[in-house]
Amino acid sequence: MQVTSSVREPLITGGKTLKDVTHDISRQVEGKPSIGWLLGLLVAVGALGLGFIALWLTLWEGIGMWGLNKTVGWAWDITNFVWWVGIGHAGTLISAVLLLFRQKWRMAINRAAEAMTIFAVICAAMFPIIHMGRPWLGAYWALPLPNTFGSLWVNFNSPLLWDVFAISTYFSVSLVFWYIGLIPDFATIRDRATGIRKAVYGALAFGWDGAAKTWSRYESVALILAGLATPLVLSVHTIVSFDFATSVIPGWHTTIFPPYFVAGAIFSGFAMVLTLMIVTRKLFKLEDYITIGHIELMNIVIIITGSIVGIAYITEFFIAWYSGVAAEQYAFMNRMFGPYWWAYWSMMTCNVISPQLFWFKKIRTSIVLTFILSLVVNIGMWFERFVIIVTSLHRDFLPSSWAMFYPTIYDVGVYLFTFGLFFTCFLLFAKFFPVINMAEVKSIIKSSSEKVNK
Amino acid sequence: MAHGTTNFNLDQKFDFTAALKKSIITVLVIGAVILAIGIITNMMGGGHDHAEEAGGHAYHWYQRLFANLWINNVYFTGIAIIGVFFFALQYAAQAGWSTGILRIPLSFGNWLPIAAVLMIATFFLVSHDIFHWTHSYLFDKDSPQYDKLIDGKGAFFFWPLAKGSFPIFFIARMVIFFGFWVFFFNKLKSLAFDEDLNGGTQYWKKMRTWSALFIIFFAVSSSISAWDWVMSIDTHWFSTMFGWYVFASWFVAGLSAITLVVVFLREKGYLEMVNENHVHDLGKFVFAFSIFWTYIWFSQFLLIYYANIPEETVYFVERMQSDVYSPFVFVNLVLNFFLPFFVLMTRDAKRHAIFLKVVCSLIILGHWFDFFLMVQPGTLGHNGGFGLMEVGMLLVYGSSFAFVVLSALAKKPLIAKNHPLLEESYHHHI
Repeated sequence: MQVTSSVREPLITGGKTLKDVTHDISRQVEGKPSIGWLLGLLVAVGALGLGFIALWLTLWEGIGMWGLNKTVGWAWDITNFVWWVGIGHAGTLISAVLLLFRQKWRMAINRAAEAMTIFAVICAAMFPIIHMGRPWLGAYWALPLPNTFGSLWVNFNSPLLWDVFAISTYFSVSLVFWYIGLIPDFATIRDRATGIRKAVYGALAFGWDGAAKTWSRYESVALILAGLATPLVLSVHTIVSFDFATSVIPGWHTTIFPPYFVAGAIFSGFAMVLTLMIVTRKLFKLEDYITIGHIELMNIVIIITGSIVGIAYITEFFIAWYSGVAAEQYAFMNRMFGPYWWAYWSMMTCNVISPQLFWFKKIRTSIVLTFILSLVVNIGMWFERFVIIVTSLHRDFLPSSWAMFYPTIYDVGVYLFTFGLFFTCFLLFAKFFPVINMAEVKSIIKSSSEKVNK
Repeated sequence: MAHGTTNFNLDQKFDFTAALKKSIITVLVIGAVILAIGIITNMMGGGHDHAEEAGGHAYHWYQRLFANLWINNVYFTGIAIIGVFFFALQYAAQAGWSTGILRIPLSFGNWLPIAAVLMIATFFLVSHDIFHWTHSYLFDKDSPQYDKLIDGKGAFFFWPLAKGSFPIFFIARMVIFFGFWVFFFNKLKSLAFDEDLNGGTQYWKKMRTWSALFIIFFAVSSSISAWDWVMSIDTHWFSTMFGWYVFASWFVAGLSAITLVVVFLREKGYLEMVNENHVHDLGKFVFAFSIFWTYIWFSQFLLIYYANIPEETVYFVERMQSDVYSPFVFVNLVLNFFLPFFVLMTRDAKRHAIFLKVVCSLIILGHWFDFFLMVQPGTLGHNGGFGLMEVGMLLVYGSSFAFVVLSALAKKPLIAKNHPLLEESYHHHI
């Protein structure tokens, strides 16, 4: 028997019944697209198209179209890559780690967060592939294939190769996890539909029959995938951090990177979930399922992960001084007071100071302020990667080769392309797939809805 | 919710029987005897004349005694503060499942005032033998032993006084950390027992606030204390991961100790509402955070190994290429990773007391080895080792800790009977 204490906030408000859940969530899948959604899609596709010009020219002319130079050989491309991978962490964290911790509030947001994860990982993967110059070759040259394919045998000592395996495994497991979760809901939509819609959702539902045995298998698979996904979530950003930390570059080589990158990834992932969900709940009128309570809890995750990141910044800075290594000390002074001081202080303000505002209940339960701060965190986390990458490279061991990095319009354009891709995918998902896991939400309606507690 | 279906004795107290006291004191006495024998054999064994060329120090038997004091001070302080941390975590996370066992981690905090006295007193006794940076000649530019690197970090220990004088900053941090830890522990404890007397949800709400405040303080102080008390032993060496590494080690050891005490109390017939579901969750915590510790250990090791910078690799060279310590590097990994990973992987193992008793006891020993490896190589070098002195001192500290914790449990009710989530805990089923 499930017992829920009366001190807990209800997770579903408005006295919803099981039928209401089906209706409220299937509604936007079955109805005509709204004007807001169409306008959103227009903007997203526009960004995709505009960005595609930059992408096309980059591929046509070569990587020289970007602002990279001999000193700063990695800049926007890898910054964007790490930024998108980081965003791609919250989904699996919410569905896998919070499942293991039995956090029921995850049920309202896991579906959309997982979708976001998948799209963000696709956007992230674009950058290393584009940076290969000839993606039609690079895509498989990154795999350990025999030399007869024309590629060279990969370097297993390189964390960049570990990244190929980590991210592709993570992507596959996240995709399977997300899709299996969708099956019962597709069946629900199939059962309500007629004609072509019934055929399409019927095919997507894989012949789901809702039998007790089917549910039992579904739950076993969810638990196994959660168990697999949890180490994968940690491994992905750990290995992304190895890309930098295994080197001997001052500012990159620091042992705290693995857990600190993971915390930063969850931090930025939750910020993006908030950005998306605040808009979605409003557009689709899902305020009774994604309540202020949910937003508050996500904000608390942001405080925790933001503070962990803050402690990591301070630790790095302190140890740079404590180590007595002149190059380390310089790397950090240069970050703070060098030519990229503005990037450093933007990062500190957005990532360390701004999330602390969520200690005030007024702020963390305000939709408008949460939305603004979620954008601020996203910006801050982009700057974090930019600061780590560019400021550590631009003044390297030979002062005569010190340089600055200036992005070109093509750097910006390719970044815009991934934004277009991300939002196009997300909007299509939001329209045609149920954005909330109906089956899971129904499982808590008896124990955690407002009716029970009142 | 009115589910008055339970007949649990909510006012039960732990009876710290004379027989149990006697067995704990017996262990303590055996430990003290082993320690004494260890000291005597070490005194006889000599080693007075092996003057080390580098530091110019001769090895004395008492240095090994000091190193042992320090290992156990740091280790048991960690287990005690993790008890308070775990308790606070349950409130901050609004956890319901753990309500029945909350008093056990809380009781660990009773070791903190004793740990504070021991730590501060020991520091004055052992500082020159444990902490290389306490020697004033390192900061004297005219001395042949002047050390530029240590001079560079001297302010961290001596500020605002002159480097090489009295380490006021270091000691102030130690006093402040213990002071606040004891303060937060007392605050949480008094709220918890007031809740027993008066009831109402306001105590739970207040404890959530205090728990959050404690966690913030602990997040900062745990890292800094790890730099102070452990990392600064190998004064030249540095690693940004070190604070979280020590935390991870403490956390697993603390979780294992909590699990052991819960299992022990259940076998004595206490905590009827705690069933295999709750024990399963504790087992999961031990399993998961053993992997977390390994993750931190491996990340720190791999990054240093891979970059191969001599200033950093020296730490592992000293341990892995030493006849004295290299076996323990593997003991550390076997006890703290392979054992819990393979034994606690299945559901059944986490639900049966026997597996947990064996694994948690070995983990507590395993993480002691972790601290042994953090402290001894930098203080004793090749004169260290795992011998009678180590066994004896561990038994003395372990049995004293157990005595303090069980005495504290015996004084107050074992169950948080007015906790608003107690009912949820009864029906916890996984």
